[in-house]
Amino acid sequence: MGIRIERVSKRFSDYPALDGVSLEIAAGEFVALLGPSGSGKTTLLRILAGLEIPESGRVYFGDRDVTDTPASKRGIGFVFQHYALFGHMTVAQNIAFGLSVMPRRQRPSASEIKRRVEHLLALVQLPGLDSRYPSQLSGGQRQRVALARALAREPEILLLDEPFGALDAKVRRELRGALRTIHEELGVTSVFVTHDQEEAFALADRVAILNLGKVEQLATADAIKAHPATDFVREFITE
Amino acid sequence: MRAAALKAPLGTRAVLMLVALTYVGVMLLLPLGAVLFEALRKGIGLWWAAISDPDARSAIRLTLIVAAISVPLNTVFGVAAAWAISKYNFPGKGLLVALIELPFSVSPVVSGLVFVMLFGANGWFGPWLEDHDIQIVFALPGLVLATVFVTFPYVARQLIPLMTVQGRAEEEAALTLGASGWRTFLRVTLPNIRFGLLYGVLLCNARAMGEFGAVSVVSGHIRGETNTMPLHVEVLYNDYNFVAAFSVASLLALLALVTLALKSALEWRYRAELEARR
Repeated sequence: MGIRIERVSKRFSDYPALDGVSLEIAAGEFVALLGPSGSGKTTLLRILAGLEIPESGRVYFGDRDVTDTPASKRGIGFVFQHYALFGHMTVAQNIAFGLSVMPRRQRPSASEIKRRVEHLLALVQLPGLDSRYPSQLSGGQRQRVALARALAREPEILLLDEPFGALDAKVRRELRGALRTIHEELGVTSVFVTHDQEEAFALADRVAILNLGKVEQLATADAIKAHPATDFVREFITE
Repeated sequence: MRAAALKAPLGTRAVLMLVALTYVGVMLLLPLGAVLFEALRKGIGLWWAAISDPDARSAIRLTLIVAAISVPLNTVFGVAAAWAISKYNFPGKGLLVALIELPFSVSPVVSGLVFVMLFGANGWFGPWLEDHDIQIVFALPGLVLATVFVTFPYVARQLIPLMTVQGRAEEEAALTLGASGWRTFLRVTLPNIRFGLLYGVLLCNARAMGEFGAVSVVSGHIRGETNTMPLHVEVLYNDYNFVAAFSVASLLALLALVTLALKSALEWRYRAELEARR
C-alpha cells in the first residue's frame, strides 16, 4: 500500500515541527527519513502512525484518507526506538497482543495464534524464546521481538522509529540485514527514521532528507550523492 | 566516596544506632505495646465484651461502610487523575497537582468544618436539604464526604511519579497494535501499576479507617449511629471506660500492623519488579 502525504504541518508550542511537508511513497518501497535532531522526521513518522495529529494537511494510505483515523484503526506496524515491549508479558504474549485484541469474530483461534507466533519468531530468528520475559533478553533480541509483534497483524505499512538507535554496532548490522530481508519477503511498505546517513543509504530504496520541518530532497542514495538538491543536503552528506 | 562515608568510627555508629532504636522504641513501639497491654490487662473476656458491645459493633460496621465507599471512590479518581497528569499535557495541570495535595496541608478539623458550612442546618445548602428531607451532616453521607476529602491524595500521589517514569511508549505500542483505549488501560497500564496501586489503596484504607479530626466534626457523636471506631474510642475514654477504649483501640492498632506488613510485602515485590524492568 502506498502512502501520500499532502502539505502536512505541525507546531510544537513555538517552533514548527513540520512545515507543509508533501511526500509520496510507492507500495512496497523502503524509505528512510533522514535528518538532524529537531528536523521533524520522528514527528512525521508519528503522524503516519496516528500518534500525533497534524494541524493541517492530509495523509492517505492508498486511496484511503486516514488523517482522522485513530492509531488503533490504521492497520500499521510500529517499531519504537526503545522497544516498548510489555514488561509483564512473555515474548509469545507480546507478539500475540495485536491478534488477541481483535474483535472476537475476526480473531484467530488460540491454536492459529500460537502457530503465527512461532512463524514470526522464526522470521525474526528467535525460535524457542516464546516463554521468556523481555527483561531476560538482550537489546537486539528485544528489538527482534518488537519487530515480530509489529508484523503479527500482517500490516501493509511498517513504521520504524530509529529502530537500531539503542543497539551497538555489531547487533545493528545484523538487525539491518534481517530487516531488509523481511521487508523483501513480505513486500510491506516500510518507512524508517534515522539520523545515521550510512544506515539510510545502505538500507533504503529512497531517502528523504529533512531539515527544520521541510523535506529538502527525496531520492535514491546515488541521486542524492550525485546531485544534492540544496546546500543543506550537500553539507549534510559530506559531514 | 560512598565507602569512605560509611566508614564512620565504630563508636559513632553504635551511638547513632542506639539513639535511633531508642527513639523508635519509646515513640512508636511503647505506645503501640501499651495499647495492646491495656486492652488485655483485665483478660481476654473483657476485651471481647468491649468489642462485641452493640455500640462498638455499630462503630466497627460504620467504619467498614465508610471505608468501603470512600476507598473505591478515591481509587477510581486517583487512577484517572494520575493517568491524565502523567500521560498528557493540558492547561491547568500544575493546578490539578497542587489541588490533589491540598488535603495533606489542610487541618482535618477544617476539612470537616467545610462540610458543616456547606451542608449543615445553617450552611449554604442547609435549608434546601432540609426541605427535601436529605441529611448529610451528622449522618453517613457527611462521614463519607469528610473521609473522601481527607484520603483524596493517597492513590493519586502514589501513582503519578510511577506512571510518569513509565511514560507512554507501551500504551502507544498497544494502540498501534489495534487495541482500544479501554483495552490498553486494562491490559497494559493496569498491570504496569498494579503494585503501586495496591500500595496506594492500602494507605488510603488505613487513613480512611483511622481518620479522626474531620470525621469528628461532621459525625455528631450519636452512639450506635454516627460514631466510627476512632470516635467510639474517644467516647469510651471520656467515660473513664479505659479497658473498653483500649480494646477498640487495639483493633485500630492491629489494622496499622496489618497495613505495615502488607506494605512491606508489597514494597519487596514491587522493587523486584521495578529492577527487572531495567
